[in-house]
Amino acid sequence: MPRRIVAGIQSVGHRVIDSIWRLGYASRFFLLTLIKSGTSLHRFTLVIRELYFTGVQSLIIILVSGLFVGMVLGLQGFETLQRYGAESAVGTMVALSLLRELGPVVSALLFASRAGSAITAEIGLMKATEQLAAMEMMAVDPIARVVAPRFWAGVISMPLLAALFSAIGVYGGYLVAVILIGVDEGSFWSQMQGAVDFRYDVVNGIIKTCVFGIAVTAIAVFEGYDAAPTAEGVSGATTRTVVTSSLAILGLDFILTSFMFRGMG
Amino acid sequence: MQRATMDLWVGLFVMAGIGALLVLALKVGNLGTYSANDSYEVTGNFENIGGLKVRAPVKSAGVVVGRVTDIQFSTETYDALVIMNIDSRYKFPKDTFASILTSGLIGEQYIGLAAGGDEATLKDGDTIMKTNSALVLEEMIGKFLFNKASEGSSSENSDKN
Repeated sequence: MPRRIVAGIQSVGHRVIDSIWRLGYASRFFLLTLIKSGTSLHRFTLVIRELYFTGVQSLIIILVSGLFVGMVLGLQGFETLQRYGAESAVGTMVALSLLRELGPVVSALLFASRAGSAITAEIGLMKATEQLAAMEMMAVDPIARVVAPRFWAGVISMPLLAALFSAIGVYGGYLVAVILIGVDEGSFWSQMQGAVDFRYDVVNGIIKTCVFGIAVTAIAVFEGYDAAPTAEGVSGATTRTVVTSSLAILGLDFILTSFMFRGMG
Repeated sequence: MQRATMDLWVGLFVMAGIGALLVLALKVGNLGTYSANDSYEVTGNFENIGGLKVRAPVKSAGVVVGRVTDIQFSTETYDALVIMNIDSRYKFPKDTFASILTSGLIGEQYIGLAAGGDEATLKDGDTIMKTNSALVLEEMIGKFLFNKASEGSSSENSDKN
């Protein structure tokens, strides 16, 4: 019995040490990516190729889900606001909830599962098939050639995708509230413009998406690079990317929100 | 896929993203309707600002003409200093009357400007002399109850006489 307890404590300790070790390795890897990204920014065609895969190919899922989220917000907002006779404020509600929270968070979650997992699987498979080792043999740095372009492509495309998500979401809300239900169009837009502040709401939302973009792609490239070079290892790394980056997005969102929106008084 | 088509798609994607940002800034946000660049700053002393907040609108005849940028407390006069930016398209006479109003019964509070008749207009850094404090509901109820009570006692007195 005591031996079992000792083994249990040992396994807990081992896990803690292992996760701290991985965190340190991930930070070192992140710094290395930043340092070596000079070449990838120099050869920008590499980044453009990755922008196509992470950005352009995520467009459809982002646009469709943005439209539906906006439409649902329009319906639900109307349903509740109508009780207080404030249905013309539905535009304000849709715009503020999209710009501050739903746009950045939902598009980052979609981005993590659509593009982040693909990045991890691609890099992990490159490692499993020894392509990364072959690059090193040819004196090509895999971090500069493979990791950094994917990182920068993710960082660039995330704010653009989130902006598209919010913009199409607002039009989705407009579609439901104004065209379907019949809220007055003028008050829909004018109340929205009266309540949404460019610096306070739009810029803070963009800052959020930039942070999420960095977090998601940094996690994705690290998990891919760190994956065990087996089929099982790659699948585990892909799962970890989605789980870790979703948790990171939600945790970072709480931290950023508590810094940004602490009441206007 | 060919490099040229890929470049085209990425270019379209970046353009669409920047377009969406512009839509958010101009159509959804207030950058198109009101910009902080061409505005002048005016200060008003209020005895009580109630629940007025920074960024609350400044309205005249119901039209938003500016925003509250800062609220301070003055230890010289022991009242609130409300600093507001007013769009420089709108000039107001020097004797403009500023009051804190509420939109609806429980709506947000804003500053209402009622123009006076002075020839000279407010300039950057000026102070609005005539102000009217916010209506605080508790004070109003207190006054109302007090008036009722004094009415009741005076009518009792008159009955005795």
